[in-house]
Amino acid sequence: MEAVLALAIGVLAASGVWLLLRPRTFQVIIGLTLISYAVNLFIFCIGGLRTGADPVLRSGADITQYADPLPQALVLTAIVISFATTALFLVVLLASRGLTGNDHVDGKDGTP
Amino acid sequence: MSAHLLVLPIVLPLLVAALQLLLGERRRRLVAALSVASCVALVLLAAALLVGVTGAAAGDGLTTVYRIGDWPARFGIVLVADRLSVLMLLLTAVLALALLPCALGRWQQPGGPVQPMFQFLLMGLNGTFLTGDLFNLFVFFEVLLAATYGLALHRPGARRVSAGLHYIAVNLLASMLFLVGVSLIFGVTGTLNMAALAQLIPTVPDNTRALLHAGAAILGVAFLVKAAMWPLGFWLPRTYAAATSPVAAMFAIMTKVGVYVLLRLSLLLFGNGAGPASAHFGDSWLLWGGMATVVVGVVGMLGARDLGKLAGYNVLISSGTLLGAIGLQHPAVTAGALAYLVISTLAIAAFFLLAGMLAPDDEAEATPLLEPYDPAGEALYADEDENRATLPAPVALLGMCFLVCALVLAGLPPLSGFLAKFALLAPMLETGAGRGAIALFTLVVVAGFCTVIAMCRTGIQIFWADEDWTFPPIRLGEAVSVLILLGSCLALSVWADAPLRYLAATAEQLHAPAHYIRAVFP
Repeated sequence: MEAVLALAIGVLAASGVWLLLRPRTFQVIIGLTLISYAVNLFIFCIGGLRTGADPVLRSGADITQYADPLPQALVLTAIVISFATTALFLVVLLASRGLTGNDHVDGKDGTP
Repeated sequence: MSAHLLVLPIVLPLLVAALQLLLGERRRRLVAALSVASCVALVLLAAALLVGVTGAAAGDGLTTVYRIGDWPARFGIVLVADRLSVLMLLLTAVLALALLPCALGRWQQPGGPVQPMFQFLLMGLNGTFLTGDLFNLFVFFEVLLAATYGLALHRPGARRVSAGLHYIAVNLLASMLFLVGVSLIFGVTGTLNMAALAQLIPTVPDNTRALLHAGAAILGVAFLVKAAMWPLGFWLPRTYAAATSPVAAMFAIMTKVGVYVLLRLSLLLFGNGAGPASAHFGDSWLLWGGMATVVVGVVGMLGARDLGKLAGYNVLISSGTLLGAIGLQHPAVTAGALAYLVISTLAIAAFFLLAGMLAPDDEAEATPLLEPYDPAGEALYADEDENRATLPAPVALLGMCFLVCALVLAGLPPLSGFLAKFALLAPMLETGAGRGAIALFTLVVVAGFCTVIAMCRTGIQIFWADEDWTFPPIRLGEAVSVLILLGSCLALSVWADAPLRYLAATAEQLHAPAHYIRAVFP
């Protein structure tokens, strides 16, 4: 379980960084999205992994059998915020495409 | 009522922005009046909080804590106002109020809900300065960043959109680093409350301490991107030069937000009380990185060809100086650095406005804008260009303002720039803090000298040498904004005693984080 999740985070982050360094704006936005997925998974697993455990406490239950609810709350906030900012970035990307006529991050195509 | 005073600097701009959004672009006068009212109220609120933190327990430094939802600190989120927070609140409010005359003149034209975004920016800034919780800090950071994205793209042209694209991409990546750092720290300590972290860090077991340091370092990188430390600040001069001048002037405080958080966290979490393994973690990085930033800023400033870039590199120099001074971790140096922070923010904001007045950007005017939706068919903005109030004799006014700006930025006597630099530099020699302090001292003096050269050259080119330079008519609002900013710099050089004493007490309070912790956990 831990190994699979760690691998997933690593692959997502690595592909995200690779795409982020590419010259096309669409690749950059996909790269940022992948990195944000990696970060969200990372936050989620920082409280320790537990399968099928309940984050909401009920009275009289054994507290060691519960998943940590705080990282789950944090990751929810992080997902919302990164979703909103990515949407905003998409608008700027389209504006840049419209104003410069190409999809290079610097607004001018380097290829001769 | 007075108990809830602390949450008002966040709630007030939020409500005003929401109201402005509802009013829309048609009720321009009402929206503008709301902006003015909100900024005046923020100045008054900051002043009231200032009385609160300097009042009763004089010398000891009273720290006010507001528990949101009245949950105790470790479960809920707290807002904390100590001397540093209130200082930053006051600086933000004064800057916003000073920029309003200029901004209102410019923002009457169509181009999106720019007044609400300005209020959201103020909300984010105030929240960042007040919050006592790391994740809440992230949320407020995102609020203010989202507002700056909108403001940086106000009246978009090709250059502005391209610069904005880079700005957003860099900041999104920095936010991801912020989250990774925060979650690592949470994984090690199990809390994100700053005061609780300060208590826990000395007791962290040795096998997880490296993880804690890694988290703090990643978090630090995220703030250093905002503070524009070399090599993370490459985006800054271009973005700031591309933004409209009132927006760039407001951005003068944006790098100071990164500096504020680094100052707060390095002294609270990694100060003398953090135990032998963690005390002064990252100090030398701040010191040498800050110095590298100053060098890059100086080289860029000497090579800059247009005024906006010149101002942008001045931001880098100011930010680098502050980071280096934080890295020294000495109370007297910190007090001087705070004085320098206030003065340089005001002066750089004024300089951005001046740059906009001397060389108004024609790109935005030349770019075709979308017609605003106007169902009634009335000409919404028809009378815009006719009733523009202008001033006579622009050269004399611009020349004087430029001179004052140059003197303050370079730190030459007799103005407040010199006082701030003196307060910053004098303790560096007295303490005998070793190589780092001497190197930073030399570098700041050389940077001041180079600022004189760059400003002289630019001034001679604009005002004396270039006969073809046409001085555009000055709008009244812009002149008022610059005069308020420079006037407050001048006022601080005359009445410097009380502010300097306040800053010295602030530094003392920062270097003794026990007060802060006791206020949060009584």
